[in-house]
Amino acid sequence: MRNMIRRYGASLTLLICLLTAFWLLMLVIVPNITLLESSFRPYLPVTEIGGPKDIYTAANYMKVFNGAIEVSPFGLTFQIPVHVLTFSLTLFYSVVVTLICFMLAYPLAYFMAKILSARSLPTMFLLLFVPLWVSEVLRAFAWWMILALKGPLSWVLLQLHLIDHEVRWIVGYNGVMIGLVYTYVLFMIFPVYNAISSLDSNQIEAAEDLGAPWWRIHWRIVLPHAKPGIASGAVMVFMLSAGSLLVPSILGSTTSQWFTQTVQQWMLDALDWNTAAAYAFLLLLMCTLFVSLVMKIFRVKLSDIAN
Amino acid sequence: MSAGIDLQNVCCDFGSFRAVDNATVAIKPGEFFSFLGPSGCGKTTILRMISGFIEPTQGTIRIGDKDMKGQRPNQRPTALIFQNLALFPLMPIWENISFGLEVRGVDKATRRAKAQALLEMVDLPGAADKMVSQLSGGQKQRVAIARALAVEPKVMLLDEPLSALDLKLRQHMRAELRAIQKRTGVTFIYITHDQGEALAMSDRVGVMSQGRIQQVADPREIYNNPVNGFVASFVGENNIFAGSVSNASGGMAGFDTALGPFRARLGELAKGNNIKLYVRPEHTVLSETQAAENSVPVTVSEVSFEGAFIAVHGQTTTGQTIVAEVRNDGSATVPEIGAARFAHFNAAHASILPDTTAAGA
Repeated sequence: MRNMIRRYGASLTLLICLLTAFWLLMLVIVPNITLLESSFRPYLPVTEIGGPKDIYTAANYMKVFNGAIEVSPFGLTFQIPVHVLTFSLTLFYSVVVTLICFMLAYPLAYFMAKILSARSLPTMFLLLFVPLWVSEVLRAFAWWMILALKGPLSWVLLQLHLIDHEVRWIVGYNGVMIGLVYTYVLFMIFPVYNAISSLDSNQIEAAEDLGAPWWRIHWRIVLPHAKPGIASGAVMVFMLSAGSLLVPSILGSTTSQWFTQTVQQWMLDALDWNTAAAYAFLLLLMCTLFVSLVMKIFRVKLSDIAN
Repeated sequence: MSAGIDLQNVCCDFGSFRAVDNATVAIKPGEFFSFLGPSGCGKTTILRMISGFIEPTQGTIRIGDKDMKGQRPNQRPTALIFQNLALFPLMPIWENISFGLEVRGVDKATRRAKAQALLEMVDLPGAADKMVSQLSGGQKQRVAIARALAVEPKVMLLDEPLSALDLKLRQHMRAELRAIQKRTGVTFIYITHDQGEALAMSDRVGVMSQGRIQQVADPREIYNNPVNGFVASFVGENNIFAGSVSNASGGMAGFDTALGPFRARLGELAKGNNIKLYVRPEHTVLSETQAAENSVPVTVSEVSFEGAFIAVHGQTTTGQTIVAEVRNDGSATVPEIGAARFAHFNAAHASILPDTTAAGA
């Protein structure tokens, strides 16, 4: 603080602090508190707001257990509330997206950190960043076109005689997963790249000199070293995927439903902002719990990720 | 259990730069061999070629009569100790040491026992469950040695492993390394730019400069009879006098220099050859009276106290500085700065080498 005053002067420092405080308070804290507060109140007509029916209740949160449907995965048939099913599928596919991102990002990050020459690295970074110059909406639409029944992907595969008729690619959660992986894989690449770059190459050579084959070098030396980077990448990709609305809306099929879409439906279709708020907090809470649990299992501490 | 190493006409190019030029040397089984040279002389490249991280551009490397061409580091019977040791910080010490055994599929109990035995050998019996960060520099050094020995290599390669230690510890570890080498009988190849280290530990030393091996000999030979100006000036200190052979008779010769005539052993030179005389400071004596031969008047310009000896710098009439070492045992008086003395050396103590600029002297 004293440093800032010395560098920028008292008035400018005050201005910076006030603007930061305003942003934090008015654009982050107050809306969230408002949302949290309204999530515990019933959805009422305007005239009844503040009336005897306007009481604090957890009923909005309980709505997630309404409306059971029958599902039968792996031949097991059971009843499950439809929103719980959507929520579970959202979590499951977010985990799958995270795993795919890791499998794509780890070899690339290793290649960039340890094999690619320092001279070609800027080109590599540029190639990775170029797609980010286009808006997320446009990129999702681009994929929607690529994956369309008579779109470029089917056409190319047809020309190569790899398929004999056009394939409907956007089926189930396929489109959503492709879109999410494409959108968020960079959030995995960079933390993993950072972690691997900080590994002393001599350790890799030492392991090889002691007779280790490549896979053991990765398993025992590189992966453990990169664990914090992998963890922070995984947390980011998972949270962003589970919270994404745009990609599931554009690339979703008739049978894919993302939990954020349910929230949106409560908010925009049902106009029940109270229940929407409750669902939004439910998603945040459950994702946070899930991430903490996974971090506990893999013995990653929050402070490791911050490094 | 130990193997010799044969380098034959080994060259290594990095683009247009020749890092190692036509290196040929035969290292005997069980030998403690040092490559000594300034940084950039190619010694580390030689080590990395032997360990397999770099393939030679030309020439063959044999370890125990087996051609190493195309063999990856994990297939060679060598173990490398890195300059920064490269211990694995996320594994406890015993797993570090037994990593090479884990790779070979040895079961955990045997690994643990072997690690413990090696820790006892390097005098660190209680360190098995500690982490690398809990050890001091010298202890890490011992762990690195134990880790390399665990795979029972035929050849140990050491890349300046002592350079990060302080002086006392370094001297202690020199003796320790030498003892471990004697005990295990493994061939040690040691890379260093520190001539003291190379001379003190090695059976033989290969002095390198600009990618070439200049001289391979035992430490005494290197120090007393350097083959060229580079070896003479890189290993130890010297007072150097340039001149030419004026007369030669019976193995001794007279030399003309800017400081007057000198006499010394001739070697294989002929009259008229341009030469340089190299005289060690410890063979240079300062006296108040002029000696019969090899005596140069100097004015004392600097006296520096080095502990075991005192280095007295004298300025000649031509402006050259001559260094004489006076032993710090009270046997000689140390002159004052500005005093006039004669610097003198015995004819037998001068090395005479042809004066070629190519030798890099």
